[in-house]
Amino acid sequence: MPEQKVVETDYLLLEAPREKKFITGSQAMAEAVKRANADIAIAYPITPQSETMHLVGDLWAQGYLKDYYRAEEEYGAMSAIAGAVRGGARAFTATSGPGLLRGLEAIASWPGHRIPAVLGVLTRVVNAPLSIQPDNVEISYLLNCGMVVLHAENQQDVFDFTLASFAISEMVDVYLPIAVCTEGFFVTHAKGYVNMTPEDMKLPPRDPYKAPVPPTDCEIPPARIQRDAPVQKSNFMSYLIHQVWQQEVWSSNMRAMKYIYKYLNGPIEVINPDAEVFVAASGCAAAQAREAVRYAQMEGLNVGLLKIKSIVPFPSKEVRETLKNAKAIIVPEHNIVGWLAKEIKANIPNSDNVIGRPRVYGGMTLPVELIMDEIYAALGIKKDKTVLV
Amino acid sequence: MKRYNMRIAGVGGQGVVTSAHILGNAMSAAGKYASLVPFFGSEKRMAPVEAYVRASDQPIYEVGEVVYPNVIMIYHPQVITHGKSYTMPFYSGLKPDGLVIINTDVDIIPEEDHAILEKLNTKVINFPATKIALDIAGTELATNMAMIGLFFGITRLVDFEYIEQAVKERFLGNTFVASGGTASLDSAIEKKFKKKVELLEKNMQVIKEAFRMAEENGWVLEEITV
Repeated sequence: MPEQKVVETDYLLLEAPREKKFITGSQAMAEAVKRANADIAIAYPITPQSETMHLVGDLWAQGYLKDYYRAEEEYGAMSAIAGAVRGGARAFTATSGPGLLRGLEAIASWPGHRIPAVLGVLTRVVNAPLSIQPDNVEISYLLNCGMVVLHAENQQDVFDFTLASFAISEMVDVYLPIAVCTEGFFVTHAKGYVNMTPEDMKLPPRDPYKAPVPPTDCEIPPARIQRDAPVQKSNFMSYLIHQVWQQEVWSSNMRAMKYIYKYLNGPIEVINPDAEVFVAASGCAAAQAREAVRYAQMEGLNVGLLKIKSIVPFPSKEVRETLKNAKAIIVPEHNIVGWLAKEIKANIPNSDNVIGRPRVYGGMTLPVELIMDEIYAALGIKKDKTVLV
Repeated sequence: MKRYNMRIAGVGGQGVVTSAHILGNAMSAAGKYASLVPFFGSEKRMAPVEAYVRASDQPIYEVGEVVYPNVIMIYHPQVITHGKSYTMPFYSGLKPDGLVIINTDVDIIPEEDHAILEKLNTKVINFPATKIALDIAGTELATNMAMIGLFFGITRLVDFEYIEQAVKERFLGNTFVASGGTASLDSAIEKKFKKKVELLEKNMQVIKEAFRMAEENGWVLEEITV
C-alpha cells in the first residue's frame, strides 16, 4: 500500500489529477473506498455484491482499512454498521437484492439515527421466481426511508458517486446514509473506462464531533428519544417528537442536493434540451437510453436524454424544467413496477405524457431496439417489422 | 459509423468466450471500441455457450446481451442441428442485411429457414473452420481462431498486427518480454514458453488462412451499419 496523504475534500473530488483505467464496476467501487479514508467495512456476501466486498476485504489486508469482517448475515451487518458509525467510525458496506431486503429493517432506521454510512446496492432480483440477475425493483424499497439514493449508470459513476457519498453523507447539514445503487453484472462485472484520482490521496478523516447529534451518548437524541417513555406511549408528545425528528431527516435529505450539484455536476444530465421526445432513465437504463438517443439522432429525429442521477432527493424542479415542452417522455426500466416512471409522473404537470415503457424483468437486457420502438410510436413513425424474435 | 452487434454461439470447450475476448482486445489494441458480455451461468463441455461482442469505431454505451445482432457466428453445427443454443432458432433477433457465419462444410440450414434468411437479405457463409484448424494447426481447438480470423477477414475492422497482438496477449500474457533474459530461464519454463510460441504461431497461421479464404471467395465486405 502506498503512503496516502490527506487532501482537502474539494481538492480530491474536484481538482485532483485523474488517471484513466479500464476496470469493472466492483473494482471502481473498491477504488473509491480506497481513497475515502474509511475506517471499517462490514458485510455479508451475496451475488453479485460478493466481488465488491471481496475487493474491499483486500483493502483491509493491504492496510487501507482499520477493520473488516463478515457479519453473521445482513441484519447483523447493517446493525453493526450503525454501531460503528455511532461510535465515530467512517463505515462502508454493500449488498444485493435479497440481502438488501434482509438488512432493510436496520437500514431504514439509519436516517432517523443520523448514521452517515455509505451503502453500495448492486441490484439483483428479489421477487420470485428468484434469480441472481440485475432486476432493480429493490431500489424502490429504499425511496421512503429518508436516506439519499443515487443511481449510477456506469463504472465511472460508481467511482464518482461512491467517493463523493463519503463526503456528502458527513456534511453537518446532511448527516444521512447514502445508497449508491447500480445494476449487478451489467456494471459490476463488466469493464469500462474510469478516470480516477491518485491512489496516494485520501479524504480527510471523519470528525465525529462535527455532527448535528453527538455520537455514542445515550442521554441525548437519537438514542434517548427512543428509550424515553414519552416516545413509547400513545400520546401527543410521542407523535410530536417523531414528527419533528422525521421532518428534520427529510429536510436534511433535501439539503444533500446542493452537494450533489457541487460534487456530482448536478442531479441530472441532459442531451438535446430542445427535444420533442425525451428518454428519461436512471442507472444502467440510462446507458441504453443514451445509445437510443444516438441512434435517433443519426436518423434525424429530435430526441433527447434525461438522465436522473439522484433518485432521493428527487430533482423535481430540474425534471419539470427539462420536460416542460416534451411531447412524450419514454421511461425504460429494469423492473416491473416502474418506480422511476411513477416518480416522474408525480413531479410533472402532465403525467399523461409519460410512457412507462419499455420494461424488462428478471434482470434481462434492455435492448436499445425496444426504446427505439417507443420513440417511433411517440413520433408517429411506422416501421416495417422485419426483425424476428 | 460502423457498429457490429455480434452473437457468438457454440458449445463448451470451443473457446467461444476466449475468442470473444481476443476480438475485443484486438479492437482495443487498434484504438477502437469493443464491449463484451460474458454469459452468466454455468458452463460445461459440449453444452451451449453464448458470448456477445459489440465492436465499433465510436464509443459504446449499451450493455447486456445482444438480443438483436447484425452478426451471428455459429462455432458448432450442433447449435443448429441439435438445437444446442440459448437462442432458438439460431437467427432469432437477426437484423436485416446481416451476416451469418457457420462452421460447417455442408449446408445445414433447413429449407424454411433459408427462406426467412433470404427475406432478411442475410449473407450466409458456410465456412469449414474445424477442417482448417485440423489441417493447419493440427488441432480442432483452433476452430475459434479460424472463426474470428474469418470475421476480421470479411470486415477488415482492424489490421492484422492488432489481431496478432491480442492473440499474443491471450497466450503469452502481456507482461512476458521474450527478449528480456530468455537465456536465464530454466529449461522447464523455456520448454513451456517454446510450446506457447508454437501455439501462437499455429493460431496465427489459421487466422491468416481465414483471411486468405475471405479474399479468395470474395467475401470481404465494405461495411455493415445498423
